[in-house]
Amino acid sequence: MAKKKRSEITNIFLNGRQVGSHPDGRSLAKRLRERRRMNELSSQVNIYYNLRLNELHILTDKGRVRRPYVVVEDGKSRLAPGVLARIKNNELSWHHLVKMGIIEYLDAQEEENALIALDEESLTSEHTHLEVDPANIFGVVAGVLPYPEHNSSPRITMACAMAKQSLGIYSTNFGQRYDTRGYVMYYPQEPMVQTRLYKALNLKEKSAGQNCIVALTSYHGYNMADAIVVNRSAIDRGLHRIAMFKTYETEERMYPGGQKDIIELPTPEVVGYRGEESYKNLAEDGIIMPESDVYGKEVLVGKTSPPRFLEEISVFGTVEEKKRESSLSLKTGEKGKVDSVLITEGPSGNRLVKVRVRSIKVPEIGDKLASRHGQKGVIGLKVSQEDMPFTSKGITPDLVVNPHAIPSRMTAGHLLETLGGKAGAIGGMLMDATAFSGNTEEQFKAILKKNGFNEFGEEVLYDGITGRMIKSKIFIGNVYYQRLHHLVSNKMHVRSRGPVQLLTHQPTEGRAREGGLRFGEMERDCLIGYGASMLIRERLLEESDKTTLHVCIDSGCVATPDFTQNKNYCKLGQSDDSEPVEMSYAFKLLLDEIQSLCIFPRIILKDKS
Amino acid sequence: MKKTSILIPPYEAVGVVSAQSIGEPGTQMTMRTFHYAGVAEHVPTGLPRLIEIVDAKKEPKKPIIDVYLKSTYSRSRTEAEKVAKELASVFVNDVADVEDDLEKLMIKIIYNEKDAKSQAITFTMLRKAVESFDENPKIDGQTIIIKPRKTDGKKEKKITAKSVRKMAQKIKGAIVRGIPGISKAVVIKGEEYFIRAAGFNILGASEHSAVDPKRIYTNNIKEIERVFGIEAARNAIVREIKDVLDMQGLFVDIRHIMLIADAMTYDGEIKSIGRHGLSGEKVGVLGRAAFEETIKHLINASAFAEEEKLIGVTENIIVGQTVPVGTGKIRLVMKK
Repeated sequence: MAKKKRSEITNIFLNGRQVGSHPDGRSLAKRLRERRRMNELSSQVNIYYNLRLNELHILTDKGRVRRPYVVVEDGKSRLAPGVLARIKNNELSWHHLVKMGIIEYLDAQEEENALIALDEESLTSEHTHLEVDPANIFGVVAGVLPYPEHNSSPRITMACAMAKQSLGIYSTNFGQRYDTRGYVMYYPQEPMVQTRLYKALNLKEKSAGQNCIVALTSYHGYNMADAIVVNRSAIDRGLHRIAMFKTYETEERMYPGGQKDIIELPTPEVVGYRGEESYKNLAEDGIIMPESDVYGKEVLVGKTSPPRFLEEISVFGTVEEKKRESSLSLKTGEKGKVDSVLITEGPSGNRLVKVRVRSIKVPEIGDKLASRHGQKGVIGLKVSQEDMPFTSKGITPDLVVNPHAIPSRMTAGHLLETLGGKAGAIGGMLMDATAFSGNTEEQFKAILKKNGFNEFGEEVLYDGITGRMIKSKIFIGNVYYQRLHHLVSNKMHVRSRGPVQLLTHQPTEGRAREGGLRFGEMERDCLIGYGASMLIRERLLEESDKTTLHVCIDSGCVATPDFTQNKNYCKLGQSDDSEPVEMSYAFKLLLDEIQSLCIFPRIILKDKS
Repeated sequence: MKKTSILIPPYEAVGVVSAQSIGEPGTQMTMRTFHYAGVAEHVPTGLPRLIEIVDAKKEPKKPIIDVYLKSTYSRSRTEAEKVAKELASVFVNDVADVEDDLEKLMIKIIYNEKDAKSQAITFTMLRKAVESFDENPKIDGQTIIIKPRKTDGKKEKKITAKSVRKMAQKIKGAIVRGIPGISKAVVIKGEEYFIRAAGFNILGASEHSAVDPKRIYTNNIKEIERVFGIEAARNAIVREIKDVLDMQGLFVDIRHIMLIADAMTYDGEIKSIGRHGLSGEKVGVLGRAAFEETIKHLINASAFAEEEKLIGVTENIIVGQTVPVGTGKIRLVMKK
């Protein structure tokens, strides 16, 4: 071997660490790959040759993302017709193809050395690999979207995000599960227009959506700005109906000192007894009966706890065992039926009770629906079937979607799915909408034409209210719609009075705590801008944390109330004269906190001028 | 009648309305930068510039001076170019190579004919520029040799290699021609030809005979205040803010901007809007404490037994009283 210059010698790295060198890295890479294809090296090894740095990388570590390709030799795919025939006869499986070196997995590094053809027709002698299927460029989520190649990319992203929020059958054993929250659709359907990946994943077992008849037209302004008009009769028949399961659980906890909680029917003596009405559904053991209706703050499992402090001694000197009420109750605002009750043992061996409550979520105004093209909307109106537009065959749409949703978003796939769904329903078959290779518009048109329909999917509709023919033909067809996880009934919140925080005496925050809506800084600025002083005072004081404190006239300190003599006194002032002063509790808190900084604030009182 | 309908009613919260009127379009300001040729290339516009103005920075990031010329010069491009050349400063380093000889403790200045010719600098001009360093420099063809003097006024000075090197740097930065602080002058055609340059030396530029000193303008507001006074500075603030908003295609009523300019200048010197300026000089302790550096203000107030007079809006909201604006101040008075 002639002596080579240093730069002409390839450095060889194994998982990023140099292990040696070689005079010709490129041919070594080639030979290594051949070995791998002959199954002498693991198929999980990847080889990457960096020409610029003259480095050869052999990669075997975990965590590399890899994807399969068909190996190409001299411009010919190794997946020859003979092999294909054997696959068809079930003689060969994927596993065999990998072993035979027909299919190989490349990682991000080795991909740099490959030239990959999208389809067999475009193969040249330069190519090293062939894409198994062009639709492979999509992942699992995007792979089940119909006709993604006809949609704009942002809409595909949105459709992927929304598919994850769709409600259907999340697990086939949902009846046995006690998930904290779970939604199950009453009558899920597999989509009329689906992809090969959808079938491969067997998603019809866990489908999340229904094929709806969708008319693309306006309806009295109730489907403006992405609202959707829904056929009330269809909802009554079970369209998009969902059951929500919620599991509540409670445990008989042990306390230091040998005491523990007891699951039982609390007696009126218990501290914090909620009244007989709250416990009306409980059986003798203190646990609710299955299939009983529950509402609001009603108790699901009655429980009592030992007193918080052992020294809780009554006035008479006897140690009174006053138990505390600590029952498990339904969250405020919820209602439903008890689906099932489970009594087991918790992780620390305590008795554990789980109660699953089921409530039916019928679609209502404000609930969110979406097709698989990023076309989302909320229900704007429910209309009885008789008021819906109808075709000459008497078909009424389930949903009326506004046509303005289409042009600016460029979701032609939505329209193609409408057409394909219609053709599939009429022709009696499922349609393939796999990216780049699905059924074509022409095929749909032919089916529609053969069955006496307008080939463009348009039909003459009649106004359901007046009975008059609608002048223009309306595009109507079948689209797979999903109900998304944003249900009005889980979000609706009002408050006119309610709980306040302990520290500030201001209203609590958040729906779960029955909180108020914050009147924030910017809102305050607006009222100042209007000069609406009285309104600011009402929002920020009267309706929030107003308190009255007695302030000593002489010293300017907050006077101490003396309840036995029913007056207020101040030790710093010369007299006990004090005046009631209205202020926000937050200000009182500020004064107290300032005092903790060793600053002594005083309030100088003056008569209102 | 017309006058009273135009007047702002008493106790109208003009400050809040102005803040909102400028703040709302401000949120829509684009990050798009506009490209200009020449000096104004990297001048901050949009939000960064707005912040710069409101913060009352001593010097803007890219100071610009617009020099308008007397009518005899402003009509033709060539005349204006000539003036521009005279204004923009040329340094010794631009037209000559300065070499320090640390062995012989002297400095060689070699006239670079090619560079100098393009700037129209003659050898005599160069000699004049370095004369302040050595009154009688040795001249050897195209080279000036300077020997640092041993005395500096009365004091005896020792000449070391270090001091020679220092002097060489000074010579490099000496101005051969032009006005200190002004560089990169470009002629721009508006309604007339005028010169736009980097820098803000108003007084220096005004001394040039071709310059119309009445129309000179710079984006350095502090400099305008120094030279022309606070009223001019107020007008400059208004103009600069307006320019920023106009460039973004936003419309804000000029009176809102004027209010800001007034607030920044009303006590005779430019104050920034923020901790070190307007907001830091609020009368009420609570108002200042609510803005920034809460503890500092509270402790200082307690140290001097400050009294909170509850004059401002914030203070009254904290305490829970009606704010002294709008309906909060208006009261019915019985007719006597």
